[in-house]
Amino acid sequence: MERPQDYVQRRVEERGVRLVRLWFTDVQGQLKSFAISPAELETAFESGMVFDGSSIDGFSRVREEDMVARPDPATFELMRWGGNDENAARMFCDIERADGSAFPGDSRQVLRRSMERALAQGFTFFTAPELEYFLFEADRNGDPVPLDNGSYFDLTTADVASNIRRQTLTTLEAMGIPVEYSFHEDAPSQHEIDLRYTDALTMADNVMTFRLIVREIALEHGVHATFMPKPLTGVQGSGMHTHLSLFRDGVNAFHDPESPDGLSDVARGFIAGLLHHAREITAITNQLVNSYKRLVTGYEAPVNVSWARANRAALIRVPTSREGGVDDTTRIEYRAPDPACNPYLAFAVMLAAGMKGIEQGYELPLEAPPSMTGFTEHGGLIDQAQLPQSLDEALDEMEKSDLVADTLGDHLFSWFLRNKRREWNDYKAQVTPFELDRYYSSL
Amino acid sequence: MTVLAIYPADPAPELAQLLDLSGFVWKGVAQPSDVDLFEPDEGWGGAIVQLGENSDLGWGMLRALRRRDVPVAPLLLMVRGNELNELDLRDDLFDDFCLDPFHPRELEARVRHMLASSGGDLSGERIEYGPLILDLETYEASVNNRPLDLTFMEYELLRFLAATPGRVFTREVLLSRVWGYEYYGGARTVDVHVRRLRAKLGEEYAALIQTVRSVGYRLGESRRR
Repeated sequence: MERPQDYVQRRVEERGVRLVRLWFTDVQGQLKSFAISPAELETAFESGMVFDGSSIDGFSRVREEDMVARPDPATFELMRWGGNDENAARMFCDIERADGSAFPGDSRQVLRRSMERALAQGFTFFTAPELEYFLFEADRNGDPVPLDNGSYFDLTTADVASNIRRQTLTTLEAMGIPVEYSFHEDAPSQHEIDLRYTDALTMADNVMTFRLIVREIALEHGVHATFMPKPLTGVQGSGMHTHLSLFRDGVNAFHDPESPDGLSDVARGFIAGLLHHAREITAITNQLVNSYKRLVTGYEAPVNVSWARANRAALIRVPTSREGGVDDTTRIEYRAPDPACNPYLAFAVMLAAGMKGIEQGYELPLEAPPSMTGFTEHGGLIDQAQLPQSLDEALDEMEKSDLVADTLGDHLFSWFLRNKRREWNDYKAQVTPFELDRYYSSL
Repeated sequence: MTVLAIYPADPAPELAQLLDLSGFVWKGVAQPSDVDLFEPDEGWGGAIVQLGENSDLGWGMLRALRRRDVPVAPLLLMVRGNELNELDLRDDLFDDFCLDPFHPRELEARVRHMLASSGGDLSGERIEYGPLILDLETYEASVNNRPLDLTFMEYELLRFLAATPGRVFTREVLLSRVWGYEYYGGARTVDVHVRRLRAKLGEEYAALIQTVRSVGYRLGESRRR
């Protein structure tokens, strides 16, 4: 047995692990899991664990198909939360077909493939997402009720929300997911936790773990945590602003000490690529009907396809970085994604769009002006392009995109479009409270 | 498994016998190009170079072992008494040396010590440093008697650093010795894992792993005080 696998076996024995959960992700980014006993570990490593994939979103094909989950020993972690699961551990899996070929519906391998393409040109891709979410107390009607009315950077030491957040942070760190910052956001009961950068594959795994931890710890306190992009009308929604960087030979490829603004040509190409393909990838980074309720003017969410250093409403922000050498932190922040996305697919399309810009030498458009006011009317660059206004429009854009088709592969690309069209059609047929309020009594 | 590169390719019978009896796995390298050609998949675990009659060839071999993307380390140099002056200004080309002709017990002890302190061959031992204990047989790691639940790579990194407390390793050396370069992250991977290790060590013990600015990392305090 290879050393990493041997390591996992030993840890299971030493720590009295009774249950090993095998984790993978469906196309919509939902965490899927089944458990095996320690006795099955060796088989799992040698030949993978067979399961019926027909019930998993995006896995089902015309005929039923047995799938094989192959655990990645490098991702073995004890699950450090929850009263009844203390002797459980988890590993992420790659999904294969029964014949051993990679299963094209496995989004983890979509990201791996994208990263390998970039690696062929010497680039490694790092991401650092800022995850926002709300904590609600469900009232009798099941409507979301905020836990508190604190606002940005409020010190609410006594309240339950900050206890939950502290416990969440400790658990994340214990699971090997380092946190950069955490704070109370603008909206009532909204929280933000910023993860420290790592390679995009590990980070996508981390986002999956993160969402589970946040929800389960909230549940332990009788509270509901939601990553729904826009749960409340009239206050800002939850985003997943993602900081992106490329490294080559251990050096930040976005940084050029010679250039007046510190940005390298690689960075310029990457930003240009993201801007150029932004409309096409929005269905992936913002995959719900509800996602588009967040992408509206007035709530610090991006609307225009633009980039800027000092304008926080731009789609791409280039944060000011510290000067110099090995420690430079030059990166860009892509502000469209929301935390309900499938992180594997979202990172994969962001990387593909940026890489395209580098390869094709796209020209970087002018930077948006720094003033927040008036910007949305006048500052929109690239022919005043806006992000798609609805899931419907985003799907139209995606359907036309060779870039997205190429990145996701045919199986996943067509499944995603089919599934999301259905979601849009279901939504379109709904009579909403808005309509009843506005029309019912007066017409 | 640790495979050592040995120069000359057909070493003195006493040396070959000693290596075999002591349970070392080795391959002979006759010329600099052999270093890449015969490199095992997991990379060289170290090398022993006998400077021999024509010392220029020996130094050439040392340079071939050292000046490459993945420098071979540790390197033991066997040098004759009358060649000792050649060692000046070449400290970077070897980690330890042993006088030739050698005393078998001395050579064996040196090779073992050298591999042990570079984390190469440590099976069945324990590493202790202050509150930190690593059981190399069971992969058990604990700090102040609290077990640490580490991923495999976090464990490997900690083991490597803890094998020589106080010694500073560059990111590149850590990457090549701990990961073996086939990993996505490049040298930044090291930073990421150090941060994760610190998170798991907890606030109180995070400082066990020290950042040495613009150089790399070390475990514990510097040995030069």
